[in-house]
Amino acid sequence: MNNQPLLEAKEITKAFGGIMALNRVSFTVNAGEILGIIGPNGSGKTTIVNCLTGFIKMTSGHVFFRGRDISKKPPHKIADMGLTRTFQIMRPYYSLPAYKNLVIPLFSPRAKRTGGWRGGGRLGDRNTVGIDILEEIGFERDSYVPYKTASTLPTGYLKRLELARCLALKPEVIICDEIFSGLSMSEIASMVPLIERLQMEGITLIMIEHRLRELFRVANRVMVLNFGEKLIEGHPKEVMADERVKEAYFGSQNMAEVMMHA
Amino acid sequence: MAITTQRRKERIDRGINVRTEGIYALMSIKELSYLAAPRLVLIVGLLILPLLLPDMYWKRVITITCIYAFLALSFDFLAHFVGLVSLGGAFFVGIGGYLAAIANTYWGFPPWLTIPFAALVGGAVCTLLLFPCLPLRGVYFAIVSLMYPLFSARVIEALDIFGGTDGIMGIDGFSNHFVEEYAPLGLLLIALFAIRRLVTTDFGLVLRGVKDNDQAIRASGMNVTFYKSVAVYIASTMGCLSGAILVHIYMWSGISLFALDFSILPIAATVIGGSGTLIGPVLGCFILVPISELLRDFGTLRIVFYALILVGFIIFRSEGLMVWGQRKYHQFERWTQI
Repeated sequence: MNNQPLLEAKEITKAFGGIMALNRVSFTVNAGEILGIIGPNGSGKTTIVNCLTGFIKMTSGHVFFRGRDISKKPPHKIADMGLTRTFQIMRPYYSLPAYKNLVIPLFSPRAKRTGGWRGGGRLGDRNTVGIDILEEIGFERDSYVPYKTASTLPTGYLKRLELARCLALKPEVIICDEIFSGLSMSEIASMVPLIERLQMEGITLIMIEHRLRELFRVANRVMVLNFGEKLIEGHPKEVMADERVKEAYFGSQNMAEVMMHA
Repeated sequence: MAITTQRRKERIDRGINVRTEGIYALMSIKELSYLAAPRLVLIVGLLILPLLLPDMYWKRVITITCIYAFLALSFDFLAHFVGLVSLGGAFFVGIGGYLAAIANTYWGFPPWLTIPFAALVGGAVCTLLLFPCLPLRGVYFAIVSLMYPLFSARVIEALDIFGGTDGIMGIDGFSNHFVEEYAPLGLLLIALFAIRRLVTTDFGLVLRGVKDNDQAIRASGMNVTFYKSVAVYIASTMGCLSGAILVHIYMWSGISLFALDFSILPIAATVIGGSGTLIGPVLGCFILVPISELLRDFGTLRIVFYALILVGFIIFRSEGLMVWGQRKYHQFERWTQI
């Protein structure tokens, strides 16, 4: 049983009408590792996230999470099992303060089960726990930031809020859909240690990214997609050296140099 | 170069300790009354209203206003806190009314039993029938929910069930006028404060989350349809309650219970009172329904004046009376130069 991968995707296929967004993509994710998924625009990265978490139904194929087939389950059941995701376009509850954004996931059945508290218990009520999680993820507790309405928060905080929403569920897997995109270099620099710490805490991560340099710093394995098909999977260095990857990204040989410096 | 001075209105919260956390609210009569006064004005005001109006006609108007107020409350709760714009008010009234009528005439339940029965069972029936439409949102839900009252009235008419077009007659009235006046008022106040409390709880927060962003609710491992159906149950229970009361007041139940007035007037009241305040729509009903009665003297021009008053409210107080009132109460304004 120990050799069983935590998450296994078998020949996922998704067709939007005549367009094959994903064509028989298979991969596995082991417990505790960070898998990066990269690929040019439109290669099906976000579709993979949506298929894994049940937000769209795949045309064919299976996803196994801890040995159980989850390909037919609705998204809330999948999240309840501990397979959580962030959204590329941040989806906070814009009208609520940041910490109230976390009260909602803390109210979920999984949080009630895994949190070891039932609102007002040993760890305080949901507001307190929400602020604790926000502090953990980089919201300054003593400032007014956790109390600001989500609609007034800058992108960097909203990306963290997406992660915090997953953390409130005490997840086993977090799928980060472009968590670095739209952030400044310094914001990314402060985000990378956070990702590393999550891995240390035993959370498995799948990261969809365009920021290759930062991704390669944290990822154990990288999978490359192009036009809905898996090109290659392996250690970041091998992947970078692969001709097909260079071609997929840049289309020509002479641009490959840029990639090496990325 | 001409110097133009620009001014803007600055709004400042009144310096009241009640705002801060802790026990300050209990420290002085002034602070206590700041909190309690608006609530007391509402409660006492509504309760003495039937005493101030001597003739039976106006007492009956107040009771009918309560019926509409329940619907306005349920509309505002669903639209503003769950994101379901429901035009099904008439459907709720109809289901609640017919259930109470059937329980009373066919099974012989007394009114104090038919009303809770119609409210609780009617809420379940409405939720069950609206269940297939719950994935819809906003205006799409509105269109579908408008179909339900029209559909129900036609079904009763065509199949000639429950008395057909004649309706069900011979329903018991309330035992005395005092009960008839105060039962709706009391229940309305209870419902109003219960809903106000509900939306501030963690459960209410999830409902607001459903409105804001249902994908994130799903990603948090919560079933959106479940929360929507609980909210629809709460709202339709209030609607059915008002329908059951109405049937016992008129001592008659017919397909006019599915009249679209019950769907439309609560929305007008919500616009006037201020959406999202819960109290606003109730006050809106207490303005609109009596005005509509007063305008009866104008005969056919009634609807013209009614429309003018509505337009006036929308132009001059588009935010809603209650939103405006709350702002004036909690903040003061002054002009500052930029």
